[in-house]
Amino acid sequence: MTNLLRHHLFWPVAALVVLLVANTIARPSFLAITVRDGHLFGAPVDILRTTAPLLLVALGMTLVIATRGIDLSVGAVVAVSGAVALSHIASSPNPDSPVTVLTAVGLALALCVVLGVWNGFLVSVLGIQPIIATLILMTAGRGVAMLITGGMITTVNSEPFKVLGSGFWLGLPVAAVIAFGVFAVVAFVVRRTALGMLLEATGINPAASRLSGVRSKTLTWTVYTASGLFAGLAGLLISADTMAADANNAGLFIELDAILAVVIGGTALSGGKFNLSGTLVGALVIATLERTVTVLGISPLVTPLFMALVVIAVTLLQSPRMRERLTAAARRPVATTPPEPQPAARPDSTEVKAR
Amino acid sequence: MTQQTAPAVVEMTGISVEFPPVRALDGVDFRLRPGEIHALMGENGAGKSTLIKALTGIHSPTAGTILVDGVERRFTGPADARAHGVSTVYQEVNLCENLTVAENIMLGAEPRLLGGLHWPAMRRQAASHLKRMGLDIDPSSSLGSHSLAVQQLVAICRATVSDCKVLILDEPTSSLDTDEVAHLFTVMRQLRSDGVAILFVSHFLDQVYEVSDRMTVLRNGSLVGEYATADLPPAELVQHMIGRSMEVLEAAEEVVEHAERPAGATPLLQVVGLGRKGSVQPFDLDLYEGEVVGLAGLLGSGRTELARLLTGADRADVGQTRVAGQVTRLRTPRAAMGHGIAYTSEDRKGEGVVDGLTVRENIVLALQARRGWMRPLPRKQVDELVASYIQQLGIRPADPEALLRNLSGGNQQKVLLARWLATAPQLLVLDEPTRGIDVGAKAEIQKLVADLAVEGMSVVFISAELEEVLRISHRIAVMRDRRKVAEIDGGGATMDQVVDLIAGGGTR
Repeated sequence: MTNLLRHHLFWPVAALVVLLVANTIARPSFLAITVRDGHLFGAPVDILRTTAPLLLVALGMTLVIATRGIDLSVGAVVAVSGAVALSHIASSPNPDSPVTVLTAVGLALALCVVLGVWNGFLVSVLGIQPIIATLILMTAGRGVAMLITGGMITTVNSEPFKVLGSGFWLGLPVAAVIAFGVFAVVAFVVRRTALGMLLEATGINPAASRLSGVRSKTLTWTVYTASGLFAGLAGLLISADTMAADANNAGLFIELDAILAVVIGGTALSGGKFNLSGTLVGALVIATLERTVTVLGISPLVTPLFMALVVIAVTLLQSPRMRERLTAAARRPVATTPPEPQPAARPDSTEVKAR
Repeated sequence: MTQQTAPAVVEMTGISVEFPPVRALDGVDFRLRPGEIHALMGENGAGKSTLIKALTGIHSPTAGTILVDGVERRFTGPADARAHGVSTVYQEVNLCENLTVAENIMLGAEPRLLGGLHWPAMRRQAASHLKRMGLDIDPSSSLGSHSLAVQQLVAICRATVSDCKVLILDEPTSSLDTDEVAHLFTVMRQLRSDGVAILFVSHFLDQVYEVSDRMTVLRNGSLVGEYATADLPPAELVQHMIGRSMEVLEAAEEVVEHAERPAGATPLLQVVGLGRKGSVQPFDLDLYEGEVVGLAGLLGSGRTELARLLTGADRADVGQTRVAGQVTRLRTPRAAMGHGIAYTSEDRKGEGVVDGLTVRENIVLALQARRGWMRPLPRKQVDELVASYIQQLGIRPADPEALLRNLSGGNQQKVLLARWLATAPQLLVLDEPTRGIDVGAKAEIQKLVADLAVEGMSVVFISAELEEVLRISHRIAVMRDRRKVAEIDGGGATMDQVVDLIAGGGTR
């Protein structure tokens, strides 16, 4: 039981379950999934679909945070991505052609990679503090998106592009398939190669990592680039959902939701050890929470307050200190700091070499 | 003597501390009297720090009582302890480098004026505290601009600001040079005569004998005994600490075999006129296979800076480096690694350990970094490698999944050695590998260095302890004022000779 309580995913998963139960009590049909035209419908499927962009952004954010950084520009990148894609489709003579759509997607993602490279350059080469470095693009990016859309909300009709936002594949929303697919691939690559460990080493002790031959600068640069790419992909999903590119409001505050998802998932903002499965649960908690607000019929006036309370509760439960108090309360009181290095060396260790 | 009759200011009885499943302290008694310097002795992991932390409220004992001035107390933390006159200065300086000296000293005891801070009074009071300790520095200067030694003294100064009855000094001398240690001891004796009880932890036996009145010895979390320093010869002390006789250690000390290097051999690493502005003056150095070259010099004499230039940790701006005869530029540690050059920094905490990762991850870090992230080492190979180093170097706990921050300093150092040995280097540059670790682990590391040289590795060994450098080096390069001033044969060198060179007195 204590082991389960201590598991890093326990509290985020518990929060998710509590939210789902609350929804089901308020609306007994909440968890029901129906099949219509061969597609799955229902609130859970909807949650998966709305989680998709946040999940992508949070994925990049987790990697960036692991290196002690932060990427505030993702919301702006989302806007730029949608603006580029939709402007290209809108200006094309044939918006329904797959070639047009593929070019639009390619252009948007390419530009977002460039934006990510820019962030990475500022942080790893020029050594600007991440929060400042990405703040630059956070403000400037929306301006870039405005320039691209000419200050208008660009809307288009393009069936192939629409599929990204509201289409289905094998009965599942395409957006969710893309996001969860990308997430799974990245998680697999990070943990199956040494990338995860080297990122963590960089985040925990950059100086020691450099002396150990870790290419910390390159790694840092790479994660900002990846974050830009994933935010760009999220921007495509968001703009395809509404079929409109709104430079001012697309992806607004998504950087905060993403940071929240990372924190709820148990990755510390101080960098180092990161936890992609936690981020996944964190993103689901946030998406479910947004859904809960409508299901419970909470007045829009108090919605932000309600969400804030839930988030505070979950993050408090995640904090090591709170956990320690809880486990301490569960058993008898123990120390308030983690065990220190003392119970280590034994005199017999001297025998090994002194023989 | 007065302390025989004076009632104890701290009396700890039957203290046990557990970190399940480990029992770090087992029913330990400890008494500290006013006006004495009391050394707490024991190997790494004996429970010295745990006892101190039990006293200052960082750990709560599972059994036992703590009396301070005759009143039973369980402090809630260092701040609470300090408020009751028990101040601690830790091994690693825990001050704010970005604040001024005055702010650091008066932090938590700031003079106030009309609800704000009384800045002139703060500077005045800080200045008087500094003066009392014989420290001549500007209270308005930023702490970070001073050397580690001065910072240490400032930390002690800070501890004595509030009405201080008990001063705990945990390894205060590990980063100080001889003069600074002497200064510290003067301050300690001054405080002793003011009636302060000082608890002193140090791995340097000679220092303990120089300054302490009594000592308490711990081993494996249990009390061995309390002794008057004058009544306990060093050899007996060491026996109490490690639980077996000195001979074992002495055997480990006779390590250096001064093998002749073949005439005309190409140096593994040859540097000519290598230097860096503001860091170290251009120097020449040849390093051969199978040879240990010691670097001797005072703190700040350029020992570390020289090592950093050799290993690409810092970039040289003049001079030439040849690896196995080939001119090479070592611009990064990674580039140096590519040529089989490994460097362990003196700053174990800041530039060595990755404390949030496990022993296993720390050991494979350099090897994995060299392979690149795309080619992970097979798990089976990693496990074998890690298990073999844990066994070979006697790393405790012998658990590859233990987080490095939960290991003692000596064991962390062994993990760092394993990290570099795993890359099979040809040249190993060790900067203060034995600092702050206990006698046993120190002897092991010295023996290891000698063994590596016998196996053909070239080693550069830096240590503030001259004896150690003399004992294991084939050659000794002496540094003074950021210049390499001499290079002497290790075999015939005497302590006096090296000290003279370091001090700049020339040859005798």
